[in-house]
Amino acid sequence: MDKTQSLYEALSKVEGFIYPNEISLNWDMLIVMYPYITGLVAGAFILASLNRVFNIKALRPTYEISLLAALSFMLVATMPLIIHLGQPFRFYEMLVTPHFTSAMALFGFVYLWYLMVVLLLEIWFDYRYDMVIWSQQKKGLMKYVYKALTLWISDTSPESRKTDEKIGYFITVVGIPSAFLLHGYVGFIFGAIKANPWWSTVMMPVIFLFSAMVSGIALIMFIYMLVSYLRKQKIDMNALDTIGKYLFYILILDFTLESLDQIHRIYVADESFDILKILVHGKLFVTFFIIQIGIGTLIPLATLAYLQFKKPSDRVRKIIYATISIFVLVGIFYMRYNVVIGGQLFSKSFYGFTSYKANVLYDTDALLSLVLFIVPFFILAFLLWLLPPWKKIEH
Amino acid sequence: MALENKNLSRQEFLKKLGLFAGGVVFVSTINPLKMVFATEKPKNGKWYGIAIDIEKCIGCGSCARSCKIENDVSQEPFYFRNWVEQYTITNEHEIKVSSPNGGIDGFEQPVPDEDIYKTFFVPKMCNHCSDSPCTQVCPVGASFDSPEGIVLVDQTYCIGCGYCVQACPYGCRYIDPLKGVADKCTLCSHRLEKGLDPACMMICPTHARIYGDLNNKNSEVSLFLKEHNCAVLKPHLNTHSKLFYNDLNQEVH
Amino acid sequence: MPVQVKRLLLVFAFFIAISVALIYFLTPKSFGEYGHYRGKALEEISSTEIKYVQMDDCAMCHDSIAELKNSGLHATLQCEVCHGPGFNHIEDYENNRMEIPNEGQFCMRCHIMNAASPKKVIKQIDAVEHAEGEDCITCHNPHQPWL
Repeated sequence: MDKTQSLYEALSKVEGFIYPNEISLNWDMLIVMYPYITGLVAGAFILASLNRVFNIKALRPTYEISLLAALSFMLVATMPLIIHLGQPFRFYEMLVTPHFTSAMALFGFVYLWYLMVVLLLEIWFDYRYDMVIWSQQKKGLMKYVYKALTLWISDTSPESRKTDEKIGYFITVVGIPSAFLLHGYVGFIFGAIKANPWWSTVMMPVIFLFSAMVSGIALIMFIYMLVSYLRKQKIDMNALDTIGKYLFYILILDFTLESLDQIHRIYVADESFDILKILVHGKLFVTFFIIQIGIGTLIPLATLAYLQFKKPSDRVRKIIYATISIFVLVGIFYMRYNVVIGGQLFSKSFYGFTSYKANVLYDTDALLSLVLFIVPFFILAFLLWLLPPWKKIEH
Repeated sequence: MALENKNLSRQEFLKKLGLFAGGVVFVSTINPLKMVFATEKPKNGKWYGIAIDIEKCIGCGSCARSCKIENDVSQEPFYFRNWVEQYTITNEHEIKVSSPNGGIDGFEQPVPDEDIYKTFFVPKMCNHCSDSPCTQVCPVGASFDSPEGIVLVDQTYCIGCGYCVQACPYGCRYIDPLKGVADKCTLCSHRLEKGLDPACMMICPTHARIYGDLNNKNSEVSLFLKEHNCAVLKPHLNTHSKLFYNDLNQEVH
Repeated sequence: MPVQVKRLLLVFAFFIAISVALIYFLTPKSFGEYGHYRGKALEEISSTEIKYVQMDDCAMCHDSIAELKNSGLHATLQCEVCHGPGFNHIEDYENNRMEIPNEGQFCMRCHIMNAASPKKVIKQIDAVEHAEGEDCITCHNPHQPWL
């Protein structure tokens, strides 16, 4: 559908009064996808560091998968942002002349720091020894690919492995605050907009951070089961139960924080409260109460709580975990949706609403967001082929 | 031997450290990396402000119409640099606001006269805030406050991220559908340059719109502000708006 | 220093050097002249074409009409309120005629009966009752509408 035509349709659906420039919804599905993908990265990384830094041994089987999954999503994390720009080819200006009073300007640097210094380095140190071995075993092109990946270092001495281990550990320690920074920062981009009462809350970075952890953990839970199923390997139920346990804890924290934010909003009931109440009970009813809170939070919470006390058979638990991980992933996606789209549905005049309907068939932006969510899975498949965690030599 | 080796690597380390420090100093001298937080408000130069007299606005929409023509704004009813709103408060204290096509095609009163408690028009345009939330959030420095206090967009540099559109509390910005960049009122700075009034100010048949230098206490706008009890929109957001309304009702957002 | 660290530092130094060079070459010339923006942008923005000229320019040719208009209540009105922008017309008046709105609807833009419109500022007309379907200009001269 033509953009102008869809705007005329939106104009006919305006309820109450909105500023005339507000009919066009500037941040659409792509910007929903952006915090969602970054959140998955931060969450997956934090799960990996639970194993490495907090020494939770049960999570060992998911360590490399978490890191590689974080990397695959990280590689596309900026794509929705860049595609969404009115002038995509000018994106480099954000790195060349960053305006430091803007909450958005630093994203490029936070992103580069996280990608180059944290994720790539940690994976590199973790795989360096194995890549040297693989470069000696393989023949033809792959030999040189691995050689290049090791940066032509063929040192396999115990000392060098010790150095890898030490630096790797250090990077993970640095990585945890970096992951917090990455996603807390994304929350701040929204939380810093004082013009928009639905976004403007100090809690935003914290809420984004915890929902990021929830979604990242659920993603690894899902990916770990999927990879094991495709490789026809037995799933380590202990690892899965441990992930489930952490998902449960962090989900509780996330839900508490989000409730606190909403309770504060309801109790304080400032000038924006009336319009936000209508918004939440009206246009956001399904996505907020039913999907985000019901499917995405309460059902997984209840099920996970049940699993803390009762242990059904492995088969049943696998089905439960698979379902719950998808529920949580959908729930957090709609949490982003409710924030990004919800924040633009009501007028800053507080007198009315515009409308938004994503349609994958007509709307190229919605279609692209879907593609951007699928692409990382292919990147992950490639990375798992290039750097198979199951062929690593255990230390 | 081992000692020497250690010394050598220390030397090397210091050398690298020196190089790194030198590099940092070099980089920081390059002009574009200098951090600029806000334009300094000049003490003696011009500092533009606007005053709108709601008592004089007849809702003809001439301002919105002339602005679109003067600045080549899309004629579609979704993009406005300025527009007029009609507020009607009924006896039941129901607030009805409308701005069909920004007021360009005129207004209809939705409430019969006997049910009206009060009603008035409010022309809207960029507030040219002193502490603009929109220029604060521009990630690349494409949106800025000019030395004369006009909030402008450098359309050859704007990346079209839309962050400023989200940050403006007054809904005064939009993304130009053809250029893919942010667009907004420039206070017709191309006209000011040539000594002409902004199109909306010049065309207003009742002279409800005034602009001028706030630093000059004898300018028309300064005198108007002195004589009338004026207010800005959304003062709690602390944007230090320079668009002042005479006779502003609290219902206006 | 371990060999891995050395090699990585080299790679990072390479990346940083490239970035610094790119930042240097990609930054626009006039950037930072007055603030965190392209100084040239100020000039570019104020060099756009003007569409609305002023009454003085119209009065240079249409002096009698301007005088007529200025003698009464429409004196504060610019010619271009009704006739549209004059930039083309003053360049080449033969090929670019000004708008001459005749229909009564046009006068109603300002003179419509609306409670929101301040009565002491504008004379308001109930078009149906007052004109009974006639165009305003049948009785009123728009340049001297008070008869």
